[in-house]
Amino acid sequence: MSKGKIFSGAFSAVGGFFDRFRRQSFAYPYVLWMALFVVIPIILIAVYAFTSSSGGFTLDNFSGMIDYAPVFVRSIWLAFVATVACILIGYPVALTISRMSPKNQRILIMLIMLPMWINFLLRTYAWMSLLENTGLINRFLASIGIFDLINSLHAGDLAYTPITHFQLINTDGAVVLGMVYNYLPFMILPIQSVIVKIDPFVIEAAQDLGANSRKVFRKIILPLSLSGVISGITMVFVPAVSTFVISKLLSNGTVMLLGDLIEMQFTGAAYNPHLGSAISLIMMVIVVICMSVMNKFGEGEEQAVVI
Amino acid sequence: MKKNYVGGKIFAALTYVFLYAPIVVLIVFSFNSTKSRTIWSGFTLNWYKELFNDSLIMSSLQTTITVSVIASVAAAVIGTFAAIGFFNMKKNWRSPLLLVNNIPVVNADIITGVSLSLLFVSVGAMLHFELGFGTLLIAHISFDIPYVILSVMPKLYQLDRNLFEAAQDLGCTWFQTIYKAIIPEIMPGIINGLLIAFTMSVDDFVISYFTAGSSVQTLSMTIYAMTRRRISPKINAISTLLFAVVLILLVIVNVRESRQYKAEIKKDKVLKGVLE
Repeated sequence: MSKGKIFSGAFSAVGGFFDRFRRQSFAYPYVLWMALFVVIPIILIAVYAFTSSSGGFTLDNFSGMIDYAPVFVRSIWLAFVATVACILIGYPVALTISRMSPKNQRILIMLIMLPMWINFLLRTYAWMSLLENTGLINRFLASIGIFDLINSLHAGDLAYTPITHFQLINTDGAVVLGMVYNYLPFMILPIQSVIVKIDPFVIEAAQDLGANSRKVFRKIILPLSLSGVISGITMVFVPAVSTFVISKLLSNGTVMLLGDLIEMQFTGAAYNPHLGSAISLIMMVIVVICMSVMNKFGEGEEQAVVI
Repeated sequence: MKKNYVGGKIFAALTYVFLYAPIVVLIVFSFNSTKSRTIWSGFTLNWYKELFNDSLIMSSLQTTITVSVIASVAAAVIGTFAAIGFFNMKKNWRSPLLLVNNIPVVNADIITGVSLSLLFVSVGAMLHFELGFGTLLIAHISFDIPYVILSVMPKLYQLDRNLFEAAQDLGCTWFQTIYKAIIPEIMPGIINGLLIAFTMSVDDFVISYFTAGSSVQTLSMTIYAMTRRRISPKINAISTLLFAVVLILLVIVNVRESRQYKAEIKKDKVLKGVLE
């Protein structure tokens, strides 16, 4: 309230209170909505996780989980590898983009976002035709004689069966590739948006004080862009650890991830929402732990980047 | 001290190739005259013809558009009012509510989808309804609203606090204040939120998959079923069309924005001239 309004403020204080009250009541429908469609569903997951199909309390859903330990380990490991790969590819790209002129930056960022606007099922499907045994990559390698070369190296070996292709699809590598391809923009965009905001004078000052470009990067750009990397990590890791589409399409079910496991419990013949809820609950806990660790690193600097 | 950073540029260029190569392959093979998605055997537009004659694809496209339009508009309305409400709340109320608001944004899609399907199935068992268009729509509105709020809130913070008082001093009722003073000021945020919500809805597969049941299918769900069944170049044709639509939209938006930007610079210059 401005100083000049103090006197009239005394009169309108009561009315002001009601106005404020009235205006905040605008949120009530949505608060109710959130209670119904955000909070209660998550509570339901917890309830289902701790009950059996007859309705009684049980811990069986969790004790049976030990059989699925390999799936947990594989999911977290592949998502981790994909996240690291996204940083290693995304950071240099973001840095390079942020060094361009503003106009070029706009175009390049748009080109990073463009593939994201295409349905991600289609983007993943595109990789199927590249990675298949008779796919374009294997065809290309065959046409330049790679397989002939490898086979000729084993010419004297009788136990050797000649190869006609590399096994690319239906492997862990294919799933990681799918994750990197789909989620790389989520790494590049937040990093770039943070680097661009770094005050150029800070960099200039460092250079004036005798820092070479390597030192400028290590002492200024890298620390100041860490918050972008951290929001990138959460934006890549969470969808990667929970995906089931990428593993279904690029491994045809041979690489089973947490998402596949959950999906199986809620659709199809093995319908068991109690077990599915228990797995979902554990996955949520994993995600929350990862994010809070990340936020510690980011010292609360992390910001929601909405594309 | 301008450096050229050739290495970085080459690396970035390779990354762009990585991002676009699969899409180019997808587009090229939508014109292939045989069903193969790896051997080129001649140009045809047959797959596009088949696409438009495929009633399942067309009806699921219609579902996607209907759901996305209704959900994003509803989300824009509910979200804008909610944002104004949150903005006027005391911080100790606002912060936890915004935290809950962020849950669907940061949570894994599969958990949002699964949790909603649990709700719909268990309430449906009591009230005798099944998963279908209604549940699909509610799910979409639910995950759309947070994006509207996230893009409207910053606009509210940019508002001059005195705007409320000025409007009321000039005789506006509280409703007129919102309608005539606040809404026009935050309109860019609302539109932005609406567009994000719309694209989120169009793009969504996972949440729809768990909440739509077996009676309705969105385009994403149809595409998923197609990729699971067998190879059909119709998928490539859809991709090409979607890519073209997105590309055209982006170009239009960008041209418009850069025109606005130029106009603003001009306005600034004129204003400066007047002041000086």
